Amino acid sequence: MQPVIRVRGLSKRFGNGCDRCLSSTGPDQESNVCPHCGSVVACNDVSFDLYRNEALGIVGESGSGKSTLVRLLHFEWEASGGSVELHRSVAESVLGELFDADATYSRNLLGLSPFQKRQVRNSLMGIVYQNPFLGLRMQVSSGGNIAERLLGAGWRHIGAMRERSAELLERTEIPVERMDEPPKNFSGGMQQRVQIAKALSNNPLILFLDEVTTGLDLSVQARVLDLIRSIRSEFNLSLLVVSHDLGVINLLCQRTMVMKYGRVVEAGLTDQILQDPQHRYTQLLVASQL
Amino acid sequence: MLTVEKLSKNFTMHILGNKRIEACRDVSFTVPQGGFLGLSGPSGAGKSTVLKCIYRTYLPSSGQVWYDSATSGRVNLAYLPDREVIDIRTREMGYVSQFLKVIPRVSALDVVMEPILARNGVTRCEARRRAGELLERLRIPAHLLDAYPATFSGGEQQRVNIAHAVSWRPRLLLLDEPTASLDSDSVDIVLELLKELRQEGTTMIGIFHDTELMEMVTDSVVRIC
Repeated sequence: MQPVIRVRGLSKRFGNGCDRCLSSTGPDQESNVCPHCGSVVACNDVSFDLYRNEALGIVGESGSGKSTLVRLLHFEWEASGGSVELHRSVAESVLGELFDADATYSRNLLGLSPFQKRQVRNSLMGIVYQNPFLGLRMQVSSGGNIAERLLGAGWRHIGAMRERSAELLERTEIPVERMDEPPKNFSGGMQQRVQIAKALSNNPLILFLDEVTTGLDLSVQARVLDLIRSIRSEFNLSLLVVSHDLGVINLLCQRTMVMKYGRVVEAGLTDQILQDPQHRYTQLLVASQL
Repeated sequence: MLTVEKLSKNFTMHILGNKRIEACRDVSFTVPQGGFLGLSGPSGAGKSTVLKCIYRTYLPSSGQVWYDSATSGRVNLAYLPDREVIDIRTREMGYVSQFLKVIPRVSALDVVMEPILARNGVTRCEARRRAGELLERLRIPAHLLDAYPATFSGGEQQRVNIAHAVSWRPRLLLLDEPTASLDSDSVDIVLELLKELRQEGTTMIGIFHDTELMEMVTDSVVRIC
């Protein structure tokens, strides 16, 4: 089996940069700010493969570049370098023009036009943010939030969109009779589940989960995690799970990458990362777990 | 089927000033297809470490772990890429830990059913039937099947743990003290299950606290010290 998405050397630098940025930042220097030019290396040379029906975890402290990575992959921020490619089998039907003849992988997605990037995002990606205000329009009805996304993915029939919204809200345990209410009326856990419903609406291939359970109380957190676990196998999704909570990662992910100061310091099987951590920082992280 | 050559594992604890701990050194043995090998040795000798290195929960420091896999031929588990280790774990290799480690809020029946459903290509109904049957054999009371194993007694948890690991009939099974917290009746049931599994062709490597029992079930023993 080949990976559905291939990421190589993904980097993001804020600031003008100089030739000493990369050598003077990172976990060994314990900083991601270049002392010579003041640029911030938020994420440097991140490479990984993501397969079908697989959850890859990304752990690290705040400021380690986890969320930056997600934002680059979701085309919210422009990357400074690197490549992101999709496998033909998953993307050809929606975006045939991305593939050169005979190529198994698409052209580098980071070089596409803003319109093409939106197309890729709308048809293949879903994202759930830690803060529901980023993923939802709080004043617009929950059904309307989902319809917005469906419109982006090319849906046009109002009845069909309502039906799809109802189906997804039911799946995420939001009472369907409340679909016309705006998310601002909902509790934090419900808002998170509306976000998940919205992210799933276009049948994405890849779902980015950015600290989705952080800040939720324990029982709500448990229900959100149960939901994520069941949708992963049901929809055959590839998940990229960003969290600083090793318990969440252990529950959801088979493989994990550990980030620190914008670099991946260690990657491996989740049970190996937790029981036989190699890097100094990972050992500290695991030893600090309650 | 499995050949371990000069396997060593050291832990370097960076947070303790790079303290180095040697867990096992130069362990070598071979298990033929369908064989049952026992690992013996005093507590702390590195028996569990060897099993974890085979399962790749630990990264071996040096040495080889050659495994004749059914789907991808002869592989070295010590250096196999993560994805391929996951594939082998999913298709062929099972592991029974000393203690039950399961996802919270999943019922005992689901814990046992899930691997059957994911691996044996049977219907939900059939998987449920097999799981129920197995738990009944292991004397888990019927009214506990839909309860969460985290609330069970130690012995019950261990039996669920064994059911979870053997339910899908792995090709290679690693057992880390599977009978440690069981009463003698339960031990007999577990041994009978393992015997059946062997007859179906499963190769096993096990650690048993009880040396008498180990000599009874295994066909060779390697001492680790």
